[in-house]
Amino acid sequence: MRLLEGRAHLVRVAGLFAAGLVVFVVIRALLVPADFGVYGHYRAGALDDARKLPVVHAGQATCAECHTDIAELRAKGRHARIGCESCHGAQVRHAKAPDEAKPERPNGRTTCVNCHAANVARPAKHPQVDVAEHPGDDTACIACHVPHQPGTAPEVK
Amino acid sequence: MQEDRRRFLIESGRFLLLTGAAGIAFDHVLAGEPEKAPNYDATRHWWAMLVDIEQCIGCGGCVRACKDENGVSHEPFYFRTWVERYHVDPLDAEHPRVDSPNGGHDGFPEIYRQGDGAKAFFVPKLCNHCEHSPCVQVCPVGATFESPDGVVLVDKSYCLGCRYCVQACPYGCRYIDPEQQVVDKCTLCYHRITQGLTTACCEVCPTGARQLADLKDPKDPIHEFLRTHTINVLKPQMATGAKVYYNGLDGSVR
Repeated sequence: MRLLEGRAHLVRVAGLFAAGLVVFVVIRALLVPADFGVYGHYRAGALDDARKLPVVHAGQATCAECHTDIAELRAKGRHARIGCESCHGAQVRHAKAPDEAKPERPNGRTTCVNCHAANVARPAKHPQVDVAEHPGDDTACIACHVPHQPGTAPEVK
Repeated sequence: MQEDRRRFLIESGRFLLLTGAAGIAFDHVLAGEPEKAPNYDATRHWWAMLVDIEQCIGCGGCVRACKDENGVSHEPFYFRTWVERYHVDPLDAEHPRVDSPNGGHDGFPEIYRQGDGAKAFFVPKLCNHCEHSPCVQVCPVGATFESPDGVVLVDKSYCLGCRYCVQACPYGCRYIDPEQQVVDKCTLCYHRITQGLTTACCEVCPTGARQLADLKDPKDPIHEFLRTHTINVLKPQMATGAKVYYNGLDGSVR
């Protein structure tokens, strides 16, 4: 005990330091999630959180399960590689409850114009029309063109 | 006797519980390694995206699909993916005109004249899912990270909303979620790709200008595409290890 004689002030500081360390370790253990650092400097459960989000676009394979006729038709034309939800919008609700969530019919003009209105930035090989000239009025594109099978079916009904 | 029966019931119950794939999955969950469960093995994937500028027609389908899929605010300026239109005048090639009205969400009204001699094209942009992400390096709390399968994700329940990462991203891919006031960004549709679906933007892309790619899958067509095309990433000089590969990327794109 001779060692500590006259050094009480150091013991008090050391005690304070040790107590501070304990408080730090306890608070850290309470605040840092248990799975933090399993794979890296992040919470491992965040991966599962990211996976749990709901799917909104069903995917064209799902559509083709029921709409086999349209899928066959589409496969023959120039729109063969275009996903159903490109024009029809996200349809997972319809896929889960086909009768309850009826999809809206896409606009037979604005939907087409999204891709086919003439634009200098579009690749030249992409089929484009100046809608002011063709059709020149408010006629819907689908009045003449067949959206599920352009190019092979008679272009003009 | 009583004790033996009790032990028998516990042991046989445990045996039944841990039989088959469910048992293996449960083992991994108990071991704190859910990504090693048999339905999805994160260590066997390395996700990337291919963007073919020569195919992009600027329809904005990807922007709309992304907002629908991920519940992104429909106010302008909040985008996980967006499309830019470049217009390079040959007499002033150093100063291309770039615009992106509402991120391309509503398409691109024609503002240029046909046959003006300029080079014009669309550039879809999204998080580059960098292997050495500047955004991950600056996060003070470990709320953003590179997943074992190469996707940069945000732990929204852990983010402080300090905005360091928003400034650090050289590509401008991050924004503050106006509702939760924490950072948000493209997840490469992690909830879709981990169950065998493609991303929402790739699902709706009508020309195949965007394609999800798995660099660890030897059968993925991306390998052939990378071999046979001139590929670049955005800002390669920043050595971020960007994994969005562009075909036909013009030098004027910044």
